Amino acid sequence: MKKVDINEKMDIKDILSNLENYRPKRKGWTWRKKVDNLQEGPHTYTDCSEPLKNSIGIPAAVRYFDNLDPQPQETITTEIASGRFEDDIRRMRMAAWHGADHIMVIRTAGQSHYDGLIEGSPQGIGGIPVTRKQVRAQRKALDFIEEEVGRPINYHSYVSGVAGPDIAVMFAEEGVNGAHQDPQYNILYRNINMIRSFVDAAESKKVMAWVDMAQIDGAHNANATARDAWKVMPELIVQHGLNSIFSHMVGMKKENICLSTVPPSAAPVPCTKYDLPYAVALRDLFSEYKMRAQQNTKYITSSSREATVTHVMNMMISKLTSADIQSTITPDEGRNVPWHMFNIEACDTAKQTLVGLDGLLDMVELKKEGYLPEKIRELKERAILYLEELLEVGGYFEAVEKGFFVDSGMYPERHGDGIGRKINAGIGVGTVFERDEDYMAPVTAHFGYNNVAQYDENAVDNPSILIDGCTLEKPEKIVFIDELDENDNVNNRLEESEKYRNSNMVKPEVEWLADGTVQLEIFLPTSKRVAEFAAIEFAKKMNLTDPEVIHTEVLHPSEGTRVQLKGKVEFDLDMNTLSIPPEPEVMSDEELWEEIEKKPLKVVAATVGEDEHSVGLREVIDIKHGGIEKWGIEVEYLGTSCPVEKLVDAAIELNADAILASTIISHDDIHYKNMKKLHEYAVEKGIRDNIIIACGGTQVTPEIALEQGIDAGFGKTSKGVHVATFLVNKRREMNK
Amino acid sequence: MKGYIKREDDFQNRRKHLAKLSDEELKQRFWELAEETVKPLLELARTHTTPSIERSVLLRMGFSSLEAKPLVEGAIDRGLIGKGVGHIVYRISNEKKIPLRQAGLEMIEGKHWDDAVAIFKGGEK
Repeated sequence: MKKVDINEKMDIKDILSNLENYRPKRKGWTWRKKVDNLQEGPHTYTDCSEPLKNSIGIPAAVRYFDNLDPQPQETITTEIASGRFEDDIRRMRMAAWHGADHIMVIRTAGQSHYDGLIEGSPQGIGGIPVTRKQVRAQRKALDFIEEEVGRPINYHSYVSGVAGPDIAVMFAEEGVNGAHQDPQYNILYRNINMIRSFVDAAESKKVMAWVDMAQIDGAHNANATARDAWKVMPELIVQHGLNSIFSHMVGMKKENICLSTVPPSAAPVPCTKYDLPYAVALRDLFSEYKMRAQQNTKYITSSSREATVTHVMNMMISKLTSADIQSTITPDEGRNVPWHMFNIEACDTAKQTLVGLDGLLDMVELKKEGYLPEKIRELKERAILYLEELLEVGGYFEAVEKGFFVDSGMYPERHGDGIGRKINAGIGVGTVFERDEDYMAPVTAHFGYNNVAQYDENAVDNPSILIDGCTLEKPEKIVFIDELDENDNVNNRLEESEKYRNSNMVKPEVEWLADGTVQLEIFLPTSKRVAEFAAIEFAKKMNLTDPEVIHTEVLHPSEGTRVQLKGKVEFDLDMNTLSIPPEPEVMSDEELWEEIEKKPLKVVAATVGEDEHSVGLREVIDIKHGGIEKWGIEVEYLGTSCPVEKLVDAAIELNADAILASTIISHDDIHYKNMKKLHEYAVEKGIRDNIIIACGGTQVTPEIALEQGIDAGFGKTSKGVHVATFLVNKRREMNK
Repeated sequence: MKGYIKREDDFQNRRKHLAKLSDEELKQRFWELAEETVKPLLELARTHTTPSIERSVLLRMGFSSLEAKPLVEGAIDRGLIGKGVGHIVYRISNEKKIPLRQAGLEMIEGKHWDDAVAIFKGGEK
C-alpha cells in the first residue's frame, strides 16, 4: 500500500488489493501512555497521555488555541458499523483524528446464531457481517491510520454466539485487539444453550488470552433490558464477577479483563445518587480488573442534546472514580444507525469532558461517611446475598432456570419477571460432547483436557509441534477466502458508487459514499402532530426524497414544535463547476499582537455619506465582536453620516495610519463614488502616499472597490481579523 | 406468568450475617462465592467439547471455515467427536503418510472415515 498522505483520501481498492498476503503489524491490546504533568503550552495536565502526531482538537481548540489537543489518559472507544465496512474505514480515519483509539465494530443482526464463520464481504443490517476479509481489510487500514495519527489503535468486535471459538481464533490470527466475550450474554439475550455457551467460552477466552486481547463483558445489557435500570445493580455486580473470575481461571490476565459498566440511571431520576455509589462499589470489589465505562443507553431518546448531556454526566462518574476505557455512544444512537459526524461529536464530547475535568481528584474527594459509603456497602451486601442464594438453589444453571436474572426487583426483592432459560433448551442444545480419554487437539491455546502425551510427552506444553506449528505460530497456514457471494460483495458495491470515488463529483452523505442523506431542522408554530405531518410536506417541497421525522420536541402544546427530519437529495455536484475565491489571508493572534505592540497603529473610522448604518463597522472595530481593537489597534470612531472631507481631515489631525470607511447604501453606486472621493480628497490633501484607505460594506465587491483608487475593499463576509491582517501587511509594504 | 418467585425486599433480615464483616472480608466473601459458582462450569468446559471448539481447532490446523464444518459434521455422524476432530485428521495423516491438509480434504470427500472408525473404536491407540 502507498504511504498515507493526509491530503489524500484512503484508497479502498488499494486496501483490498493483495489482502490475501496481509499480516497485522502487531497483536494484543495497547493502553495509552500516561504522561505525568504533561506540559502543553502554558498548561499542565495531570491526567493526560502522550499527544498525537496528527489530530483535530475540539472546536474551541481550533478556534482559540491553535489546535491545542491534549489526549486524556483513558482509551476512547467509538463504535463504527454502518453495514458497509468499506465506508466505515473512512469514518475510522476521521474518528482517529478526533482521538478514538479503540474502534469497535458492531456485528450484523443475526450473526450470533450463525454456526460458523461468515466469509466474504456481504452487506449488513445494523452492523456488519464480521468476516476474515472484512477484519483483515479494516485492520490493514487501521495499521496505516495509526501511523498517521501516531498512536496504536485497538480494533475490537464480538466473540459471542454459537461460533465463539471460531471467531476467537480468526481474531487472534488477524490481530484483533479486543473483544466482547461473556457467555451470560449468549444465554440471557441470544437464547443460546447455557452449557454450550460456557464450554465454548472457555475455549474462546483461552485463545483471546494467548494473543493478549482485552476482554469486555456483557453485563451492561442487563441494565439496558431491566424494567427499572437502577434496581439491577446487585445483579450487575454478580454478572461482572462471574465472567471476570471465569475468564481469569481460564487463563486471562486480570489486567486484560474489562468490566463493561454503565451508570445505571439517568436524569430526571436523581441519577448520581444511584450511579456514584454503584461505581465506587464496583471499583472496590474489582480493584484488580479494568473498567470500561459505557454511556447509559437505557434512557436514551432521539434528542441528541439530551444524549450528549447523559454522556457528560456519565463521564463525571468516570472522573470521580476511574475508567480505563471511556466508551462513547453517538448522540444519534437513539434514532438511527450512527452517522459519520455523530461518531466524531461523541469522541469530541469525551475529549472535551475528560480534559476539562483534568485533575479533578486532586481537588475534591468522595465522602468517607454518610449516604455514599452506606449505599456502597449496601450494594456489595446485596450482591453477596445474590450469590449465596444462587449457590443455595444449586448453582448458576439452576439460578438461570429459576429466573434469577434481569428480574426488575432490587435483589433480594424479586418481581418474578426475570429472563429464564432451560438447561436443556436453547440454540445449540445437545451439541456438547464429553471428551474421551484419548481426546486430542494438536494446536496452541486450546483449553481443557488434551491427551497429547499419547503421541509425544514433549508436546504436552506445546501441542502444535505435532503438526509443525499451527496458524497462531505460522500465519502462512491460514486459508484466506475472498468472496463466496458473487452479488453481495464489496466489489459490486464499489462499482455502484464508483462515480463518486476519487472524482470531481460529490454528493452529501451520512454513512455510505453518496448516500444523499441530509438532515433538516425546522420549527413550526403548531401542535406536535400537525408539525410532524407538515414537516414532511415541507421536506418534499424542498425536493427531499423519503423524508422521515427523526426527532420532535414540543416547545409548547399549541405555540410550537421542533422537528428534525432526514431525507435524500437525488442530485450531485461537479466540483469543477464551483468558482471558489482564494481564502483570505489571516494572521494569528500572536502575530498581530506582537506587530501592534512593536509598532502601534492608529485608525480613523466612520460610515461615510448620508448613511446612518453603524453595525457593520462596529463589528469590525469592537473588541467584543473580534474587531481590530482586539490586537491593540487604536481606533477613532467618528460615527455615521460622516462627510468624506471630515474623515480625511481627522486622519491628518490625528496622524492616523489608516482610514476605514463603511459604505452601506449602494443606490446609484453611491458607495463606490464615495470611495473614489475619499481617494481623491486624500490626494488633494497630499497625504495619499502615506495613508491606507480601506472601505467595506454589504454591497462592496473588493475588486470594484480597488478600481476607485483605494487600497482594499471588504465585503459582507469580512471580519476584523481580515481588516487587521490587511492593515499590517499594507503598512509593511509601504515601509519597504 | 412464568412462575418465578416474587418476594418483598427482605435485605435487612438477610444481611444480618454480613453486618459484622469488614469491607475487606466482604470483598473476600464476594470472590469466594463467585469462584465457587464458576468452578463446576470450568470443569464442564475442561472435559467437554463442541462443534465450534472443534472447528476452531481445525482452523488452527490450517483448514478454512468451509472445510472445518463438514469435517466436524463427519465426526459427529460417526460418533467420533469425543476423540477431537483435529485428532482424527492428524491420525489419518499419520497412518496414511499423507500431508495433514490432504488427509482433511480427502475426508471431506468421504474417504478414510471407515479407517478412522476402526482406529478409534477398535480400542487401538
